[in-house]
Amino acid sequence: MIDQLSWKVGGQQGEGIDSTGEIFAMALNRQGYYLYSYRHFSSRIKGGHTNNKIRVSTSETRSISDDLDILIAFDQETIDVNVHELRDGGVVIGDSKFNPTVPEDLNVRLYSVPFTEIASELGTSLMKNMVAIGATSAVLGLPVESYLEVVEEIFARKGAKVVEKNMEAIQKGADRFNELSGGQIDGFQLNKADGKKRMFMIGNDAIALGFVAGGVRFMSAYPITPASEIMEYLIKKLPEFGGTVIQTEDEIAACTMAIGANYAGVRTITSSAGPGLSLMMEALGLSGMTEVPLVVVDTQRGGPSTGLPTKQEQSDLMAMIYGTHGEIPKVVMAPSTVEEAFYDAVEALNIAEEYQIPVILLTDLQLSLGKQSVEPLDYSRVEIRRGKLNPKEELPDTDDKDGYFKRYEVTEDGISPRVIPGMKNGIHHVTGVEHDETGKPSEVAANRQKQMDKRLRKLQNLRFNVPVVKQAPHEEADILLVGFNSTRGVIEEAIPRLEADGLKVNHAHIRLIHPFPADEMKSMIDKAKNVIVVENNATGQLANILKMNVGQHEKIKNLLKYDGNPFLPSEVVMKCKELV
Amino acid sequence: MATFKDFRNSIKPNWCPGCGDFSVQAAIQRAAANVGLEPDDLAVVSGIGCSGRISGYIKSYGFHGIHGRSLPIAQGVKMANRDLTVIASGGDGDGFAIGMGHTVHAIRRNIDITYIVMDNQIYGLTKGQTSPRSDVGFKTKSTPEGSVESAIGVMELALTAGATFVAQSFSTDLKELTSIIEAGINHKGFSLINVFSPCVTYNKVNTYDWFKEHLVSLSTIEDYDSSNRMMAMQTLMENKGLVKGIIYQDKVKPSYQDLAHGYSKEALAKVDLNLPEEKFNQLMAEFM
Repeated sequence: MIDQLSWKVGGQQGEGIDSTGEIFAMALNRQGYYLYSYRHFSSRIKGGHTNNKIRVSTSETRSISDDLDILIAFDQETIDVNVHELRDGGVVIGDSKFNPTVPEDLNVRLYSVPFTEIASELGTSLMKNMVAIGATSAVLGLPVESYLEVVEEIFARKGAKVVEKNMEAIQKGADRFNELSGGQIDGFQLNKADGKKRMFMIGNDAIALGFVAGGVRFMSAYPITPASEIMEYLIKKLPEFGGTVIQTEDEIAACTMAIGANYAGVRTITSSAGPGLSLMMEALGLSGMTEVPLVVVDTQRGGPSTGLPTKQEQSDLMAMIYGTHGEIPKVVMAPSTVEEAFYDAVEALNIAEEYQIPVILLTDLQLSLGKQSVEPLDYSRVEIRRGKLNPKEELPDTDDKDGYFKRYEVTEDGISPRVIPGMKNGIHHVTGVEHDETGKPSEVAANRQKQMDKRLRKLQNLRFNVPVVKQAPHEEADILLVGFNSTRGVIEEAIPRLEADGLKVNHAHIRLIHPFPADEMKSMIDKAKNVIVVENNATGQLANILKMNVGQHEKIKNLLKYDGNPFLPSEVVMKCKELV
Repeated sequence: MATFKDFRNSIKPNWCPGCGDFSVQAAIQRAAANVGLEPDDLAVVSGIGCSGRISGYIKSYGFHGIHGRSLPIAQGVKMANRDLTVIASGGDGDGFAIGMGHTVHAIRRNIDITYIVMDNQIYGLTKGQTSPRSDVGFKTKSTPEGSVESAIGVMELALTAGATFVAQSFSTDLKELTSIIEAGINHKGFSLINVFSPCVTYNKVNTYDWFKEHLVSLSTIEDYDSSNRMMAMQTLMENKGLVKGIIYQDKVKPSYQDLAHGYSKEALAKVDLNLPEEKFNQLMAEFM
């Protein structure tokens, strides 16, 4: 019996590869297994190789695995591309339709199952995915009934007959595999899972759910990979709460419309990826200058320009910290797990309103789209804090000669009282031009300095819960591994392997990218002989930020990957050993 | 009841003496009072350029945004608080060059706001460059040999983009302009009002006298029917776009807010943000 295995299904895009993986994973998630998936896909809808790799485990897992136990192939290309990932003794199940072959020098077991033929006999070749799932069940020794609940839900609308046919396809797939293999094969049977209920979701789902829970009632956005799921979720859900989503003409409109709505008092967000964020840069400056709260999600993907739209990368870091001309206070936060993505989405809204600033919620493709098992979220941790927003509808008379409210009053903490349009005696002016306390344009030097200082002062006392996730068991470590966003899982998996080789390894995962938690990182770096910064980009952006804020350049080393794929645990282990 | 004086503040506009924008400002202030608004019911959102300064010169909530983006900001304000009257405004460069994408989409989206363009066919604040409204042959700093690009027929364009309210006026006709702005505010949907607002410093061709000579008032056209889109288009084309009055109005089509599925009747800005625990658990269960 085993505690974890990896399964992959591949074929041509548009062939239902995703849904095959989805049904397989959902059924196992229901039984209490921990799932973690990685989709390999291209920026096209039909055609081209795609695959969905799913890791099943009896304990929590947040990384793809180095190797593969089972490969389901709907075409020979899937085998050619992926067979070398299979472990010694791994299984390939191919559709007999294409006469699958595997290289002779590999020790893998090939089973040719007539996926398409069985499905066609049952009425439609579309059900070949179900036949493949059935064959998988037979390998794993899972009863076919495990899928019943999921199949019923998916096909409920199409009627009992369709459910029955699909279940039959699964059964036939299992039977045929057993005939071919002569019964169960060794080494693939999973230990029983804990049976606990968990969600099966992507990071974008968690962010979107966080926004709904955190009081977002309006969103303006433009579709883009890998961010669109956030928008799609809110399009479905916001109307239940009176809210709505506008799909704008471009990201400039998305961002400025969100600014308009936030100014008028509604928690409004927008989400995009690198190209969209590039277009939003001027608007981010407007939010900073006018002190209108704003939350923007950046789901990083391969850049520059259109880059690798469907691939993993973490190369927007510098742009998010420094982007927009001039100088504004800004917060860039980077959740490292799906759970954190939920809580951070709520917190981003609070920080934006409390400090009256733009907040960038940074994720990466693997965190945004990697579907995984997630423990139920804690409702009691959801709170809505609106800072100095005046909740009254009528304010006292002001002493300004025009009756204007001092929206940009210079205060000790830099944060001014905020009112929204419609309030009596709250009239004020808002402008991206430098302005005085009532918002009227002003080029007076002393005023400029006062207002600039006031804005930048706001972040001096930023309260941020857990800016760095630390695993630091060693007072004197050989290596401090540093990362952000989705690399957390792979680093956590690499550490025990490095420790098994006698290395003492600490881990710091940075959740607050800007303002940078320099003190916390300094104490971690002081305790390490080597600092290895693991990041999916070509220039070592996080390492540079670390050097800039903490110094100790001689200790800091780069561990980079920018080929579009997430790190494998073995890559981190191997490169760490090379570097120390 | 507020009067137009209540929409004034003490700021002296930095426009050149004789600029058409003074009258546009006065017309907005009068129209706001005439339709029964109080200053705190109104939000004026403006772009960048000479005319963009207008949000600071009217006593109301004012948002002076970035170049070309007054419309998305104004639409966001209105979506957040449907009880507010929202006026977006700016120049022809703001609305028809850098912001043209937003203009066309705001027209077809039909959110209930009023967009007033102060059209002087030139870039004033940057000291005299060509605009998308400049005529062919118009000499400016950026077109010393005369503009070779066609001027955009914005009224015609608005009609084809699905506009529900299209009007044009002239800044000296304070009375007519005021009543058109009132009609725009009262219109349930997006209203586009293009106002010829001459630049006395940089446009020596399209002057007050030039407009007086060339503009045709729709009130002088017999049986002009502003609910007839075909007639509107034909009249515009016959007169090279140089007409004034309400060119087209569709009083039937509902606004975006009335069509948006599930959109709250109560101003969103006043809606309770808290999600009940039971609902939260239900949302989580959908992922299980």
